[in-house]
Amino acid sequence: MANTSYLEAGHRALREEMQRDERVWALGEDLGRGGVFGQYRGLQDTFGDERIVDTPISEACIMGAAVGAAMTDTRPVVEMRFSDFALCAVDELVNQAAKARFMFGGQMRVPLVVREPIGIWRSSAAQHSQSLEAWYAHIPGLVVVAPSTPADNLGLLKSAIRCDDPVVYMEHKNLWGFEGEVPEDEHLVPLGKAEIARAGRDVTLVTWSAMRHASLETAEELAARGIEVEVIDLRTLWPWDRDTVLASVERTGRLLVAQEAVSVAGFGAEIAATVAETLHDRLEAPVRRLGAPRIPVAYAPPLEDRVRVSKDEIVEAVVGMTRTSPSRVPAGQ
Amino acid sequence: MTQNAARAEETSANLDSERLLPVLSLMWKIRLFEETAIEAQREGLVLGAIHPSIGQEAVAAGICPNLRQADLLLSTHRGHGHTLAKGADPLAMMMELFGRAEGTCGGKGGSMHIADFGVGMLGANGVVGANITIGVGAAHALKMRRSDDIAVCIFGDGAINRGPFLEGLNWARVYDLPVLFVCEDNGFSATTRTRTLTGGPGAVARAESLGLPAEEVDGNDVLGVDAAARTAIDAIRQGGGPRFLQCRTYRMTGHTAVDPATYRDAAEVEEWRAHCPIARLEGALRLAGVDEARMQQQRTEAEQYMQDVYARARDAEWPDPAQAFADVQDIGNPAERAY
Repeated sequence: MANTSYLEAGHRALREEMQRDERVWALGEDLGRGGVFGQYRGLQDTFGDERIVDTPISEACIMGAAVGAAMTDTRPVVEMRFSDFALCAVDELVNQAAKARFMFGGQMRVPLVVREPIGIWRSSAAQHSQSLEAWYAHIPGLVVVAPSTPADNLGLLKSAIRCDDPVVYMEHKNLWGFEGEVPEDEHLVPLGKAEIARAGRDVTLVTWSAMRHASLETAEELAARGIEVEVIDLRTLWPWDRDTVLASVERTGRLLVAQEAVSVAGFGAEIAATVAETLHDRLEAPVRRLGAPRIPVAYAPPLEDRVRVSKDEIVEAVVGMTRTSPSRVPAGQ
Repeated sequence: MTQNAARAEETSANLDSERLLPVLSLMWKIRLFEETAIEAQREGLVLGAIHPSIGQEAVAAGICPNLRQADLLLSTHRGHGHTLAKGADPLAMMMELFGRAEGTCGGKGGSMHIADFGVGMLGANGVVGANITIGVGAAHALKMRRSDDIAVCIFGDGAINRGPFLEGLNWARVYDLPVLFVCEDNGFSATTRTRTLTGGPGAVARAESLGLPAEEVDGNDVLGVDAAARTAIDAIRQGGGPRFLQCRTYRMTGHTAVDPATYRDAAEVEEWRAHCPIARLEGALRLAGVDEARMQQQRTEAEQYMQDVYARARDAEWPDPAQAFADVQDIGNPAERAY
């Protein structure tokens, strides 16, 4: 194990996969100079400018070219710089990449990864701060991944590059410098498997991306008050690990979802609805969701903070769910 | 008259008729495939919209015979002709239009989403201009592989007003890619005249402004299209980078097979009918001394073939409903229930 940053872990994942498979290449703006956050630093020196390709500011063509190249026996990794900019390439991703295999009757696949950094970070304001993972989870054909730790960024990006489906890979900008233990040997994390980041008997807290960390910190604070929260990091939003979530809620009887994205029609709604449909009789409290209000992310910190789900809100929600429910009969009695 | 068209007429006396008879046959195949499909739509056998290319056959037939099977072609919603010319099976295509299990795409795509990767046909496309960036990416991959195969991207004049036109042509020039762009200019953006929607002098000037050698040809003259395509394709294959060809033609039907096209007058349509690309090739072959019976034979054979295609497609099986869930994705493919 070595202590590595989230950014360095993603860098290593791409480097290892490009070494392993010469069909893997990356394209996007400013990649030769390391990419906007340094995720590609030095890679053009290693792999040359035909495999680390600097592109024009042409998001539609970056994505469309990746679709055509993926149909032609290469495995492109697309860098979109900010998730927000990928909206200039929605046709290419949603109408083309996601549907080609199906529309053409399974004649081919579109093995591409599109990296779309998400999230609130340093007063980036409304066009550089969004978390739009739910949009893509809604689209048949796409896999959607949102890693939260360095080890997962290594293992999930490698799995995404090896996946034959188009994968929307959403790193969180506020995590680039986040450090954690990462295996030094080959490390792959399967797509579609959640991680129980912390075990707990009282409340299941489902989260992903950067909210994992606030959720874990809050869970420790709540443990000091005698409430044990089970924190599940989904890691992959499509397919989401329904089995792990449902098994946990069966044990705890309570579900809270914490997400950075706008709560309205966010992915938390899918989890809440599934749990309500499936485990209604087992619930000891109504399901709860925490997420951003339906307002754009503002620039000034006091305004930006209004969008964030705070630890206090998580505490309040968890305490409320455990207080308002009928007292549970402890397991085994 | 363009240089290529002039050259074609000058040489009509010594045309390579053995090479051109298959071109005539191909044009009849396209024409009759589409006439069969239009009739089948009236009978309810073709289910969704079809966008015929009747009158535009010289573009597909002038370009595609100059390609190898390994060359890659990207087409449009008006793509039956291109797809047939690249070598796709007409019966499988007709079954696709009828939504049958043995259609080119198993009945999942229909007219606007026919692809046949086995013959290098990477797909028609339901979104105008979307095939340009995909074609550029295919060419990018070919260049990375040091292949001397090329990509050809055919689109309509409506596409030149979309962003991917600019982005894709610029990209092809920046990376010096082996791609031929063909603007099949039938004068209409769906049901509105493209010239009323287009600033500046048009497609060729736009391509040239991005550094691409560009040429305009009479798109109803298959000899001219063939000559221009051959020159361009040879140059691209030899590493000359992207090229652009604008083929001016005319759509004899409406935007779709059921569009009565009341936005244009009958005299205009009749004028273009006199320039029918099939009749023009027959005229050239006649001048070159080709026997009338041999030309008639191309038509008759295509007619009989399409009658057979029609009958077999009509009797073909529907897809198993379970196929609706197949080939969505490997990871997280949906089960047969709301998830």
